[in-house]
Amino acid sequence: MAQIFRHSTNLISRLSIYGSAFIIAALGYVVYAVSGSSYMTDVNVARDQPVPFSHKHHVGELGVDCRYCHTSVEESSFAGLPPTQTCMTCHSQIWTKAPILEPVRASYRDDKSIEWTRVNALPDFVYFNHSIHVAKGVGCTTCHGPMQEMPLTWAANTLQMSWCLGCHREPEKYVRPKEYVFSVTYEAPANQVELGRKLVKEYKIRSLTDCSTCHR
Amino acid sequence: MFPLLHMGRPWLAYWMFPYPNTMGTWPQFRSPLVWDVFAVSTYATVSLLFWFVGLIPDLATLRDRARSRIKQVLYGILAMGWRGSAVHWHRYEMASLLLAGLATPLVVSVHTVVSFDFAAAVVPGWHTTIFPPYFVAGAIYSGFAMVMTLSIPIRKFYGLEDFITMRHLENMAKVMLATGLIVAYGYMMETFTAFYSGNTYERFAFVNRMTGPYWMTYWSLILCNIAIPQLMWIKKIRTTVWSLFVISLIVNVGMWLERFVIVVVSLHRDFLPSSWGMYYPTRWDWMTFIGSIGLFLTLLFLFIRYLPVISISEMRVLVEEEEKK
Repeated sequence: MAQIFRHSTNLISRLSIYGSAFIIAALGYVVYAVSGSSYMTDVNVARDQPVPFSHKHHVGELGVDCRYCHTSVEESSFAGLPPTQTCMTCHSQIWTKAPILEPVRASYRDDKSIEWTRVNALPDFVYFNHSIHVAKGVGCTTCHGPMQEMPLTWAANTLQMSWCLGCHREPEKYVRPKEYVFSVTYEAPANQVELGRKLVKEYKIRSLTDCSTCHR
Repeated sequence: MFPLLHMGRPWLAYWMFPYPNTMGTWPQFRSPLVWDVFAVSTYATVSLLFWFVGLIPDLATLRDRARSRIKQVLYGILAMGWRGSAVHWHRYEMASLLLAGLATPLVVSVHTVVSFDFAAAVVPGWHTTIFPPYFVAGAIYSGFAMVMTLSIPIRKFYGLEDFITMRHLENMAKVMLATGLIVAYGYMMETFTAFYSGNTYERFAFVNRMTGPYWMTYWSLILCNIAIPQLMWIKKIRTTVWSLFVISLIVNVGMWLERFVIVVVSLHRDFLPSSWGMYYPTRWDWMTFIGSIGLFLTLLFLFIRYLPVISISEMRVLVEEEEKK
């Protein structure tokens, strides 16, 4: 009886069957890599905004403190986005005719908020609170990255649960003295873990891995 | 299908598996639902393999007798190069033996783990140690009833009476009698231990089953699963095809009722009276149910259309033995 398949079928079938474990693992890896990539998470991808606000200029060059605009970070769960009035505290005096700032002036004139695109956002089932983090020695730049180097604004981290757990499970690796929380130039010292352990005790950081801490 | 549907959010069913995820957590290994994932996946894999390996010689027959190129190629790929040589047959018999030996204890383990979904909970009517053997026996009981319900029409309409004989059907009836009695023992022990325990909630759960708003489902259950199948002790009934068919349908209904009684009747009135309520299936529930039966029948008929209903290679052996006599 004539053969149905060519001789190469022997090789192909052996490769695909014995290799199926590797093929599946490789496919799994591809899915894992793509789903964690910045294509899916938008990490380090500058987001379009109505006004091209530069943290690099305002924070890095001018030295404006985070709290000047993000006013409620020490009291509230939400850090706050500045009203147009905050922008106008300076821009009513400087760069008053710059075309790049026209949307700001229009917003002030027409009493309509600037519609900023949210860069760092968590789903509603996560009850994140800024004030507790700031009070216990988590710096702004620890989570939000080097804002003073961003000419446009992007997310420095995925904000996925596994990323949050990275610190919640080992806070001693990330905690800094409270006086440096709003510093953009603070760098973790060589003895971070040792210092961190001391701070965790001193600041009474606990219950970080209880589900209801974040998922009230 | 229902292992996926009963998850509530079936599109997130993959969350039950331990894979490196963005949550940085493993599934809750203390939960019977996660044990289920492993037990049912194992059982499904082994069953699928056993089914496929068993089909290989027959797929080869279909490949050899194929009248179109497409059929030749498709059956050929599935037959995986079967030549019918002595070596192939030896390996086939060994593999079948191993898979059968593996699948049998898996029946026990998978139904035991499924029973843990109930037994490991604290709900009155669920939290009892009789559940693992009760579920295994119930599964075998239900399985044989389903096989009878399907094989009787199939043998009639496809002319397979010489292959699925009266002796087969009678033996199935005897297995059903045996497992049915184990299930009956399970019902008795459930009720006995509920009252013997002295636990108010357990006692109430059983009084509620027998006299509460769902009393009809409970007594229909006893009728369908215990009372009526006892008719199979009578040889005349056991050897009449249509009466076996009717009894097997009744047992199918009884097993559905058993699951309804376990799930719904225990849940509708548990510890806190302010939470008590009535469950009435919605049209979506009925449509899902009927849809799943439709899916089953579709796949069954596709099988009958494209694959051998009875093992050709095994029949070849038996026919030869018959002719020798």
